[in-house]
Amino acid sequence: MSPRRVRAETDAVGRRERPLLITVDGEAVGGIDGQTIAGVMLAAGRLGWRRGVSGAARGVFCGIGVCFDCLVTVNADRDVRACRRRARDGDVVTLQSRWPGIPGTARESGSEDR
Amino acid sequence: MTPPHVTVVGAGPAGLAAAETALIAGAEVTLLDSAEQPGGQYHRMMPDAYAAARPERLQHGWRAFDRRRRWVLEHPRCTWWPDTTVWALERPAPHEPGPPRVHVLRGPADGADRRRLGLDSDAVVLAVGAHDRVLPFPGWELPGVFTGGAAQALAKGERVVVGDRVVVAGTGPFLLPVAASLLEAGSRVLAVLEANATPTVARGWSQRLWELAAQAGKAGELVEYAAALVRHRVPCRTGRAVIEARGDGRVEEVVTARLRGDWSVVPGSERTIAVDAVCVTHGFSPQLELPVAAGCALRGSSAGEFVDVDDDQRTSCPGVYACGEITGIAGAPAARAEGALAGWLAGGGDPAAPALRHLRRNRDQGRAFAERLARAHPVGAAWPGWLRPETVVCRCEETDYASLCRAVAHAATAAARVVKLETRAGLGPCQARMCGPTVAELSARLRGEPLDRPVEGLPVAGPHHRPIAQPIRLGELADCPSLDPE
Ligand SMILES: Cc1cc2nc3c(=O)[nH]c(=O)nc-3n(C[C@H](O)[C@H](O)[C@H](O)COP(=O)(O)OP(=O)(O)OC[C@H]3O[C@@H](n4cnc5c(N)ncnc54)[C@H](O)[C@@H]3O)c2cc1C
Ligand code: FES
Repeated sequence: MSPRRVRAETDAVGRRERPLLITVDGEAVGGIDGQTIAGVMLAAGRLGWRRGVSGAARGVFCGIGVCFDCLVTVNADRDVRACRRRARDGDVVTLQSRWPGIPGTARESGSEDR
Repeated sequence: MTPPHVTVVGAGPAGLAAAETALIAGAEVTLLDSAEQPGGQYHRMMPDAYAAARPERLQHGWRAFDRRRRWVLEHPRCTWWPDTTVWALERPAPHEPGPPRVHVLRGPADGADRRRLGLDSDAVVLAVGAHDRVLPFPGWELPGVFTGGAAQALAKGERVVVGDRVVVAGTGPFLLPVAASLLEAGSRVLAVLEANATPTVARGWSQRLWELAAQAGKAGELVEYAAALVRHRVPCRTGRAVIEARGDGRVEEVVTARLRGDWSVVPGSERTIAVDAVCVTHGFSPQLELPVAAGCALRGSSAGEFVDVDDDQRTSCPGVYACGEITGIAGAPAARAEGALAGWLAGGGDPAAPALRHLRRNRDQGRAFAERLARAHPVGAAWPGWLRPETVVCRCEETDYASLCRAVAHAATAAARVVKLETRAGLGPCQARMCGPTVAELSARLRGEPLDRPVEGLPVAGPHHRPIAQPIRLGELADCPSLDPE
């Protein structure tokens, strides 16, 4: 099993859901309005999305913008912390990697050129 | 006389309370937070788009918070700037009075088109809070290993649970709300593991600590969380820790082990548990980069370094006040008391106002609570025993323990800065927020130095020195900042 969203119908907080759709490396991924990009990806069953220096997968670790494990490209913006960016309907998310080995994935810079 | 202008950075329990009392004192207030909503970590709100009918279900003290939030945000003398990140503090020239200029970026997190502004004010209140500290262990970089705070933020903030078979481990009372939130959201918590052994925890949680917890407004909450764990029959163990996470591309199982009082692993006590997520917290690290950028002095304590403040929450830097978890980890009520004190004084309120006696007493009880709490949940000295040569120490650069040992052993590279360049530990995107204290501690140990003095080669404030506190894009940097029209 994977992360998931509490079902709205049974959620004690009594909330509504307005669906939204983003794409992640070209694939459609559904979420709801108000979620972060990280929340959308987690609830859609994606746990790791960025590749570190060795090629190993990374996803959310700190959840509050401190560890930078969750970086993705959103539309034209690179190095966006997915746990802090609200998803907007139609966002185009591209996965990033610091591993030299994957063609076709946005290469991520080291800290030098930040 | 024009009222003083107070800039409050951070709208958590501390910052919101500071804004409130500064407004009561008659000041103009600019309250800003990188989040879209006030509340900080403790009162993390669900997004407006969720239109939640019963948000109080997830929060202690929701009503009081909700009242305060509305009063502050709607106040005619308050300017509320959500989605606003402070990326630098610029100190005034030596002969110029006043606090630093606050440089902000306004717009979506890490977006390219944010507006850059500089804010000048008569006083600055820093209330930027803390984040989880997690000690490294083999496999901690696997997806599915979360900080306790991440699980909490996702559950409270967007109703996402991190897994359905979860182990919560580490040390400190924060393990309880993390487990309680997971249970509330319908996951199975397989175990809550407190690394400190029963004698340490029992000695620490003396009657005095309970009294202080009650005064600090935390006792009732803790009892409620504990009751939830009992109700759900969650096994809670002391003297046990997660010492390894394993899995193929994501966490699939964790290895737990019994720990001695010094956190050395008892051989043969290892057990494997199948999980789909694990949440780990070994305490909190204050976010010190802004206070350090402002030039605020720090103080060491048994729980690590914090911003040094006087009886009035003033830092060593003129016009700069600090409150909340950057001055000590004592929970939301203590953060509120500190914030209320800081805001009132920063806003030009009467230092002899009778209400301050009460606030000071609350603050002092909070400080005493923080000290005792740190003693009840220390990090045992023998924790590096669970590291392996290939264990990742710096998550960003994937520096392993063996490389760190090699660099420190080499006389030529042993100075902290050289170790950093050699191993790249701490040079990644997080700028050592995650690994900084750990690498400093491990290096000192490897050199056989005592841990209670600053690590050689680093000024005391070294690990927190980040001239650019938050990422800014080159285009944004090149943009000329507009000064906020006051
Ligand atoms: C992820 C997490 C979850 C937590 N959950 C709980 C819980 O459920 N129960 C509990 O008892 N305790 C919890 N805690 C402990 C919690 O930190 C305190 O109880 C309380 O929230 C501290 O209040 P504060 O005002 O000092 O800081 P915070 O509440 O952390 O508020 C700090 C605010 O400053 C803002 N900020 C930081 N840096 C900047 C910047 N550069 N620019 C602009 N804004 C900035 C942040 O966005 C944040 O809103 C949690 C801690 C963390 C890290
Ligand atoms: S998960 Fe740590 S920055 Fe997003």
